Amino acid sequence: MSKQKGAKDLVPGGMITEAGNAREYETGDWRTEKPDVDHDKCIHCFFCWAYCPDSSIIVDPEEGKMKGFDFKHCKGCGICARICPKNAITMVSER
Amino acid sequence: MGTVLGLNGNSAVAHAMRQVNPHVVAAYPITPQTDCVERFAEFVADGRVDTEFVTVESEHSAMSACVGAAAGGGRVMTATSANGLALMWEIVYIAASMRLPIVMMVANRALSGNINIHCDHSDTMGARDSGWIQLFSENAQEAYDNIIMAIKIAEDMSVRLPVMVTQDGFIISHALERMELLDDEEVQKFIGPYKERYPMLDLKNPVTYGPLDLFDYYFEHKWSQIDAVEHCLPIIQKGSDEFGELSGRNYELLESYKLDDAEFGVIALGSTCGTAKEAVDRMREAGKKVGLLKVRCFRPFPTEHIIKALSPLKGVAVLDRSSTFGGFGGPVFNEVRSALYDAPERPLVIDFLYGLGGRDIFMEDIEVAFQRIEGVVTKGRIDTHVDFLGLRE
Repeated sequence: MSKQKGAKDLVPGGMITEAGNAREYETGDWRTEKPDVDHDKCIHCFFCWAYCPDSSIIVDPEEGKMKGFDFKHCKGCGICARICPKNAITMVSER
Repeated sequence: MGTVLGLNGNSAVAHAMRQVNPHVVAAYPITPQTDCVERFAEFVADGRVDTEFVTVESEHSAMSACVGAAAGGGRVMTATSANGLALMWEIVYIAASMRLPIVMMVANRALSGNINIHCDHSDTMGARDSGWIQLFSENAQEAYDNIIMAIKIAEDMSVRLPVMVTQDGFIISHALERMELLDDEEVQKFIGPYKERYPMLDLKNPVTYGPLDLFDYYFEHKWSQIDAVEHCLPIIQKGSDEFGELSGRNYELLESYKLDDAEFGVIALGSTCGTAKEAVDRMREAGKKVGLLKVRCFRPFPTEHIIKALSPLKGVAVLDRSSTFGGFGGPVFNEVRSALYDAPERPLVIDFLYGLGGRDIFMEDIEVAFQRIEGVVTKGRIDTHVDFLGLRE
């Protein structure tokens, strides 16, 4: 809470004046289940990357490989697990 | 300098809009505002303005287009009345929240139902908490002058708030008056070129307008808006003073008429002030110490000025042209009486609702209001705080 700005330091009108700021809003704490990937089953088809609504699949474009998840932003929706053609992703409880 | 013409209030405002030459006007017709926008549309068709005129399909769209154009970085104007303003409602608040300096003429008309096209203040009084500056006009000249001042005030970098300029529907909007117009160049020089602030069309500096704003920042943003509205009174006066130097017509937030040595006063807004001045003159001739306080700027409410103007009086009758239905009196009464609560010296204050749906108010009605407040002061007690003028019971 301490890093939040006070009323006098805000842009009048409440506009956001920095581009690409959505990454600063860490939505990962909305999650109740998180995806877990079995790298032995993964064929790096990138379906999960294409379907993820939050850009939370980490890939290495040089290697052409799926590396894991951005848990600061992954909301745990489970779309990646549902779309995976090899059932390499499973949702596990975080409780 | 200037031109003398015979114009009604709607045409006067259309001419003010022509001289302002805004980038965008988006409007939908509604009586009694219609012929203002019709006149302006003629100016567009005749090539006398550079304005992009958007003929939208409703007032909700009119104000939405205005918000988009103003956020884009343009000087934007519109006009409406009554149910049109009501249909704009959602976006009226958004325009103020985003600090967009849109100027809108409202030809005051009674809200339905039943359907009535004539003047009362229920439309703009309903919007008094929307965050817009509200300037009321006594006649067509003031409506014209207020529009030009409103541009300057709204666009001041420390204000950046939308302004509603009202004129009483039909009474001012459709009545022919002798008018003095400024020269087109004088108006352009007075308002100056439009200064953009975070324009969305500046592609090198992208901004997001109206993002989701929850319990972490919404409150702070509202404080910033409250603070801006509360601090714009000096800028409104400054803009009015500069306009006075240009035109010779001087305007205050409140106009005191024969109040200096008065014992009893009435407070009114809009065209009724003209009638009240005549009534005051007639009663002065009969030896009564009476005066009028005209409220030109209703939002923000000039509390300190009200206290200063009314404290010396013995009694005040407020004339309210709208009801709050279950509130303690009309909206003007609410504000005036609350402002006086902490004043060391304060008059007794009563309220009269009058003129709903365009019911005429006569000098005799205003004399009744004065007689009633004098009676209250003589008795030293208020039996009826809120009463009606010109109503058949």
